[in-house]
Amino acid sequence: MSIVTYNNRSIINISAIPGAAKALTHIKTLTASSSSTLSFVDGSSDVVLDNTYPIYLFKFINMHPATNGATFEFNMSADTGSNYNVTKTTTFADAIHRENGDNPDVAYSGGRDLAQATGFQDIMGGIGSDNDEAGSGELYLFNPSSTTFVKHFSSSTNHPNGDATSPYSVYNFGAGYGNTTSAVDAIQFQFHTGNIDSGTIKLYGLKDS
Amino acid sequence: MSINVCNDRSMASITSLPSGVTGSSLVLISTVTASSSSTVTFDSDIDSTYKEYQIHIIQAHCSADNQILQMNFRDGSTAYDATKTTTYFASQHKEDASGGALGYNTDQDLAQATGFLNISEALGADNDQCTNGIIHLFDPSSTTFVKQFIARMAYVHQNDRMMEAYIAGYCNTTAAIDGVQFKMDSGNIDSGTFKLYGVV
Repeated sequence: MSIVTYNNRSIINISAIPGAAKALTHIKTLTASSSSTLSFVDGSSDVVLDNTYPIYLFKFINMHPATNGATFEFNMSADTGSNYNVTKTTTFADAIHRENGDNPDVAYSGGRDLAQATGFQDIMGGIGSDNDEAGSGELYLFNPSSTTFVKHFSSSTNHPNGDATSPYSVYNFGAGYGNTTSAVDAIQFQFHTGNIDSGTIKLYGLKDS
Repeated sequence: MSINVCNDRSMASITSLPSGVTGSSLVLISTVTASSSSTVTFDSDIDSTYKEYQIHIIQAHCSADNQILQMNFRDGSTAYDATKTTTYFASQHKEDASGGALGYNTDQDLAQATGFLNISEALGADNDQCTNGIIHLFDPSSTTFVKQFIARMAYVHQNDRMMEAYIAGYCNTTAAIDGVQFKMDSGNIDSGTFKLYGVV
């Protein structure tokens, strides 16, 4: 048995602190480099996506597409990543404003939602691929391990749209649910066309209050 | 040698942990408390340490009705004047149950402008009125990409109206952002707490 001692206002011989002290816990970071997809699979490569946390949070840092105007999107798996095809019903809205001051607006985006569909759900639509263009934001996934309830998610992100004549800022809001009572145990991200040229996705778990 | 033991399920006056021990991924960097302050400024510790910074605004109170809480970014010089293109929309509801609405607010957004960005407008200055919110700033030290930010503010309008504003945009520069400043469009920030966090 080691004896824990205090030493000049620091702690030694501590190898871990209780989970309750870590409300937001970093789980895994994936960095894209001309990647077709980035996947977080429970039990693989130190990823935890199970009943350890009631809420999971993904952070997107500078997701940069290889193809101009590509849409950043995601899907859920209920079979540990063998298939990303969970049925989803979703909503999507965005606010835009051009760099030349035109077209300020907020509106529902009917082309980016899903109704009982198994395809990928948009997170950021039409990101520019100029060298300085990329999108950032976050996505919450609520209690994916539940075998009682459907699986809700909520995302908010911002990106520059690569319109050639007048680029614009786009503030995206997506939400919805995986309409399944099976546990969701893997999440995959991709652009709808072309590779993820670069970008970082971080996965966190949020402890119970 | 005395052996210290922990009791009461807490420890005080601890300022560091051994290397390799991870704490919360939301790390408090600094706190600024406004008291009749012309500005609140975070002019250090925004660098490449974290890929995301958050600023939490807690009960910021203006000194007179109809003031606007504003924000700007520093991109290499001493001035807070980064070029920004932004969006701003809000939902509202009056205390008399009227006026429930959601809409884009063209008076509050910016298009390639260097001035301060409004993040809570027409604030009420009653003693119990204030504004609160969280601002996310992504990868401010990047010298490759423009700098995305997202804010969500809840505040009381001077006409006794609940407002929730959704604000986002980018600093259209590849220079690093290394400072953030807040002020009212006129007068002082009467009181309020501003906390800067890094996300590990």
